[in-house]
Amino acid sequence: MSFIKNTLSWIAPPTAPGVQSGAGGADFLTTKLDVLVQWAHSNSLWPLPFGTACCAIEFMSVVSSHYDLSRFGAEVVRFSPRQADMMIVAGTVTDKQAPILRKIYDQMAEPKWVVSMGVCACTGGFYRAYHVVQGIDEIVPVDVYVAGCPPTPENLMRGIIELQRRIQTGDLARHRQNKTYVPIRVGEQPVIGLPAYSQSVMAPNRPGVSEMPVMADSAEADMGAKADVLKHQGDRS
Amino acid sequence: MSALASAPSSSLTYAPVLDKRFGPKARIEARPAKDIATITLTDRSAYIEVARFLRDDPACAFDLLLDLVSIDLLNAPAPLRPRDGSRFQLHVILYSTRRNDHLRLIVNLPEQNPRVPTLVNLWPAVNWFEREAWDLMGIEFEGHPNLKRLLTHNGFVGHALRKDYAAGQRWLCTEEDLLQTDLAAQTETPEDIFETMTVNLGPSHPATHGTLRIVLRLDGETIVAAEGECGYLHRCFEKMSESHTYSQVIPYTDRLNYCSPMINGFGYARAVEDMLGVEIPPRAKAIRVILSEFNRIMDHMVCIGTNLVDLGALTNFWYAYQAREAIYGLLEACCGARLTSSYARVGGLSADVPPNFDEWSRSLFPIIKTQLDDIDGLVSKNRIAHKRMRGTGIVSRENAIAWGFTGPCGRASGLAYDVRKDKPYEGYDELDFDVPVMTDGDNFARYYVRMEEMRQSLRIIDQQLRKLPKGPVTTDDYRVILPPKEMVYNEMEGLIYHFKVVFEGTKVAPGYFYSSVEGGNGELGYTIVADGSGNPYRLKVRPPCFPLFAAYEKIIKGGMVSDAVATLGMLNIIAGELDR
Repeated sequence: MSFIKNTLSWIAPPTAPGVQSGAGGADFLTTKLDVLVQWAHSNSLWPLPFGTACCAIEFMSVVSSHYDLSRFGAEVVRFSPRQADMMIVAGTVTDKQAPILRKIYDQMAEPKWVVSMGVCACTGGFYRAYHVVQGIDEIVPVDVYVAGCPPTPENLMRGIIELQRRIQTGDLARHRQNKTYVPIRVGEQPVIGLPAYSQSVMAPNRPGVSEMPVMADSAEADMGAKADVLKHQGDRS
Repeated sequence: MSALASAPSSSLTYAPVLDKRFGPKARIEARPAKDIATITLTDRSAYIEVARFLRDDPACAFDLLLDLVSIDLLNAPAPLRPRDGSRFQLHVILYSTRRNDHLRLIVNLPEQNPRVPTLVNLWPAVNWFEREAWDLMGIEFEGHPNLKRLLTHNGFVGHALRKDYAAGQRWLCTEEDLLQTDLAAQTETPEDIFETMTVNLGPSHPATHGTLRIVLRLDGETIVAAEGECGYLHRCFEKMSESHTYSQVIPYTDRLNYCSPMINGFGYARAVEDMLGVEIPPRAKAIRVILSEFNRIMDHMVCIGTNLVDLGALTNFWYAYQAREAIYGLLEACCGARLTSSYARVGGLSADVPPNFDEWSRSLFPIIKTQLDDIDGLVSKNRIAHKRMRGTGIVSRENAIAWGFTGPCGRASGLAYDVRKDKPYEGYDELDFDVPVMTDGDNFARYYVRMEEMRQSLRIIDQQLRKLPKGPVTTDDYRVILPPKEMVYNEMEGLIYHFKVVFEGTKVAPGYFYSSVEGGNGELGYTIVADGSGNPYRLKVRPPCFPLFAAYEKIIKGGMVSDAVATLGMLNIIAGELDR
């Protein structure tokens, strides 16, 4: 019982459940239902790999034997959006692919999360060109940005672990409601000594492209019309 | 640097016949020794006639069409621009399987209304190449059966590779633009409606290994019609390379065929080196060969592993990935990255290999051999694998040539053409290895050719490691490569070279060049058009799986859906190089 108590208190410190002894000597747990649900959610993420390019090859590495994502409860790869709750967009998304990405996202059941794997999915990467979506946050809300071209498997796993933490603490749901949502960014942590601008390089509303209607706010994107987002596909370079 | 200037007139065997037949209409150009032979048409109306002659005449016998390059010469410098002021140029790259010879046929097209008859009736492989040229360059092909956009979507306006098209101009793609294919739009006859149905395979489908789309018309489980579509990963490599220096293009090449990234970079670097006339040191050549072969093993491992997953054999995938992870470790030690290595440089390599490269490489042999034997033991004599792969997706040798197959898929159909053997580069001619060829042309042959190729790759690596020369890994021509840091800090010349390479890039004399290597999927060719500046004027890749996917709809017709999946996996279509 102490094991469960320890585990659960690690999962959700602010609302840790208590273990109490009943009259008949039987132990039982008290907790809030949403904490339990969040705990279950976070440890049974079913990824939908929306793999388009090089990052998909690295994603294969992450799920295969050496890195073995199943250690973190996210190995049940499902290609059907109805059965998955974490979409991993691995690779460049082109204009031709964009409606498909949005459609698959819409087909996923709530609750759902989006991991943007690699710089192409995050910002378009070094393809600032006529047929490439400059960051999938133009189309779908993103929960985790994982930088790298492609990200190392460790980086992607860290992104998923961070996402699990947030799901467990309930931050994501709270922030979505309050519209104070800040996506997780992995692989671009500011190092001491670097100039301040390096922190804003990957921010969704980075300077210089702020005139573009970039979806930084997940709550907005959730509610916003999907087609509207696609309309703004002008010259960005 | 002046390799293009010193060009001996070629002594082509077919020159007299050609001259006798066409006279001044078709001019044989003088080309540098390392480039392929070139014929320029001075009279555009003789296009089809000359093309047919080149295919049918026994002295020419150019039966395999490799590539079709379209070039926009707007604002090009004088040496590039034809005398008659034409704006567009087409390069038809041909190969003769009988005579082992390459040829480039050039035809110039005017600015207004650029149109030319289609070559589909001569080489069916040209079908998609012409569609691509129409899509990106706006050149019209008279008589083409299906001239519509291929890489970009239907909502796209303009032709992206024209020089007056802004690189960043995007267009909205809606779902309606996407879903219209001729096949899906076909009206169903009343008696037909209960018999057939239209099914989308892709573009987001586990068995497509990337972003491909095939619209199938099914009668039960039999495919009565199919139409392939690509372009879902068209990320404008060729347009991007025009605004980057020759060195800056190297990271883009890694992302073409991302299953074997280094081969692309080495192939590109070699094309630029040959164009410049730069010779790289023997150690760099040897390392390129070793790492190319390791990459080939990785490529085939992914192909076989993922295809067997589609056939229901998951275990092999884990085995294949174990070998890949082991190779990744070596690549990471060489260049710091697992997948996208950027290891090649024009003029050598970015850095020398680690000191224990030899032992490290040899330590991978038992790992790879074990996995190969395991996969071999599980699959090669497995009844299910035989039932799924034997006799499905058959491509005859004639069809393979007509459809432009090269590489393992061509060799599985009996087309014994391997660039490493037939046009040796980087010292492949000094190595002893076999080119596995099978004649069945089915999926099992493609599987088995790949298995055997991996063993041959190990043989090559073993030999090359044994005679790995010592010395530098970059050329000492500092006009193409950054000088060492001691030189930059201590000598005036070093600083100037450094500055010029970084700011201006390597300047290549105006001209065009074709060079190819054996990629994971076949002949990976680069056509470079230079205008004398530090950026390529036009860079066209000949992606080996482009003709493979173009032929896919013909291969699967009449078969079962499940066989179509097996065929797609064994053709090994990599969207990155297919769509560029």
